[in-house]
Amino acid sequence: MEINTVKPHIVVKDLTMAFGDFVLQQNLTFTINRGDIFIIMGGSGCGKSTLLRHLVGLQRPAKGKVFYGDTSFWDTDRTEQKRILKKVGILYQSGALWSSMTIAENISLPLMLYTDLSKEEIREIVSFKCSLVGLSGFEDYYPSEISGGMKKRAGLARAIALDPEILFFDEPSAGLDPISAHLLDELILETCDSLGATVVVVTHELASIFAIGNNSVFLDADAKTMIAGGDPKRLLSECRNPMVHDFLTRGGTEDYGNQSINKSADDAVLSRDCMQMRKENGNE
Amino acid sequence: MEASQKTGIMSEKIHFQKPDGNTLRIVISGNWKLEESMPSPEETIKTIGDKGTVKQITFDSSALLAWDTGLLIFLARIIVFSSEHNINVDRKGLPVGVQRLLSLASKVPERKGARKETRHVAFLARTGEQAVAFGHSLLETLGFIGEIFQSFLRILTGKGQFRGSDLLLYLQECGAQALPIVSLISLLVGLILAFVGAIQLKMFGAQIYVADLVGIAMVRDMGAIMTGIIMAGRTGASYAAQIGTMQVNEEIDALNTLGVPPIDFLVMPRMIALALMMPLLTLYANLMGIIGGMIVGVFGLDLSFVQYYNETKSAVGFNDLWIGLFSGFVFGVLVATAGCMRGMQCGRSASAVGEATTSAVVTGIVSIVVSTAIITVICNVLGI
Repeated sequence: MEINTVKPHIVVKDLTMAFGDFVLQQNLTFTINRGDIFIIMGGSGCGKSTLLRHLVGLQRPAKGKVFYGDTSFWDTDRTEQKRILKKVGILYQSGALWSSMTIAENISLPLMLYTDLSKEEIREIVSFKCSLVGLSGFEDYYPSEISGGMKKRAGLARAIALDPEILFFDEPSAGLDPISAHLLDELILETCDSLGATVVVVTHELASIFAIGNNSVFLDADAKTMIAGGDPKRLLSECRNPMVHDFLTRGGTEDYGNQSINKSADDAVLSRDCMQMRKENGNE
Repeated sequence: MEASQKTGIMSEKIHFQKPDGNTLRIVISGNWKLEESMPSPEETIKTIGDKGTVKQITFDSSALLAWDTGLLIFLARIIVFSSEHNINVDRKGLPVGVQRLLSLASKVPERKGARKETRHVAFLARTGEQAVAFGHSLLETLGFIGEIFQSFLRILTGKGQFRGSDLLLYLQECGAQALPIVSLISLLVGLILAFVGAIQLKMFGAQIYVADLVGIAMVRDMGAIMTGIIMAGRTGASYAAQIGTMQVNEEIDALNTLGVPPIDFLVMPRMIALALMMPLLTLYANLMGIIGGMIVGVFGLDLSFVQYYNETKSAVGFNDLWIGLFSGFVFGVLVATAGCMRGMQCGRSASAVGEATTSAVVTGIVSIVVSTAIITVICNVLGI
């Protein structure tokens, strides 16, 4: 298995995001490698979610390019864009489940559109995905009938319905209590590791950043560009930019890197390594 | 100390003392709460100005009983005044809580350029902006109609992506479920038309022609118009609200990233449902209107049921019926387009959904009236 060979998956070159005349961010250049858990972080209103919308093809950049492999997303035709998006799963901030459909119908729609599976097979896949995210038995509920955390988990089940190569998460733990947030983090780690997917997470939850991220980009609203990037744990210990340092230490009040979080981060890394080992062993 | 002379009392809650030439001590006492009357900061500032050269302000709050935001805004005003006039404010005499809240309020300085300025825009510039905005919205509408047309072609060629179960649901929603309200309104419109006509026609003893009046008016125009307006308020609004909420909830984004055109998936089933159901509802409204007229004719004008029936039958031709049904179809397309378009254009907030709904109804009704005028003129020219 070529786990450790670094291959770029998504490359962003000189991206400028703007609404009309208002420039939100400019000169964004970074690379997301295959298998990365890539964090897009920054203060509120700096354009994290907007960057995500640019990456997944919901908003055309004012300038610059987004490459998926060798293909420039915004310069290719609609069929090719569709082919790229087919391998992408997205968990939106509020889950964004289609409210007129049940959970099962939500998860089965991508399957019905992109596969030739029979209804029976689709139903089996749906109930399997539901059990993966701990929602067995809720297949026939409508999104309005379940809680916020369950919606996010259902959204995750829909995002992984087609076994995507890239998963995008928009503020996965926003609005969840610490325990649910932690469980969702674990769920993300586990599903992604087992799918071998590249993960891009928009978040400002320090706990999540250190627990799951191994690469990142830091956007700043005042500078209107990225001011740091790389492994968040290394950023914490090495980056001298006061803005980044303040952000990663909660304004200097908490030392996440060295104390409590370090443990859970280590645990997460450990569990990932273990899983990797299991997988490798399984493949041999 | 002898030097600390009382320099006057503004009220019982505030006293001023001048321990030495450059220092003013403000003694605050009693209850400083919002619901009680408090000394006004303006008068206090004036008093400070009257005291001659003051270089430092100190406070004595030992007799202060209770305080809330009322005291804080009072003090904040004095602090702002003091810093403008280079007076040093010593906050040590204030309660600890007050000191902390005041320093918290000044911790983050005002962000430069963050405050919204009221910009004066000249009348001509505003007119120009409005005109440009109108042009944009016209282009957007044309673009939307174009997209609907493309989507329709996709569906005709079997490449459209929507669920049949959605279509059935919408057919039921805008068809069968609209029957009660359409019955009521059409029946009443028939009654009203008959009453209005009856008063005039009775004077000539020509009350039998009420049947002609009601029949032709309902079948040719009013049935379709009334149904159209009901559907604009009922279904058009609900389409805009449904799709608008989906926009807020990122559901439309989720469809886009899945590679499903939202026009195919959300707009087309609604559009087809309404375009199919509107002619049927119109036909039904025609019948109800004629029954309404008949009630007036039979019970109010002493016409017999058969008389009224025969008169209606001879007055209303197939041309009238086809024109009415065609209008109904057109109105259905227009109302669905207006509702779905406003929903798709909806912003990402709760108030935007409200605006979209309002705008959908207004657009729907206006386009119904305008298209009725156009159809009437065309029929007139063609002589049908």
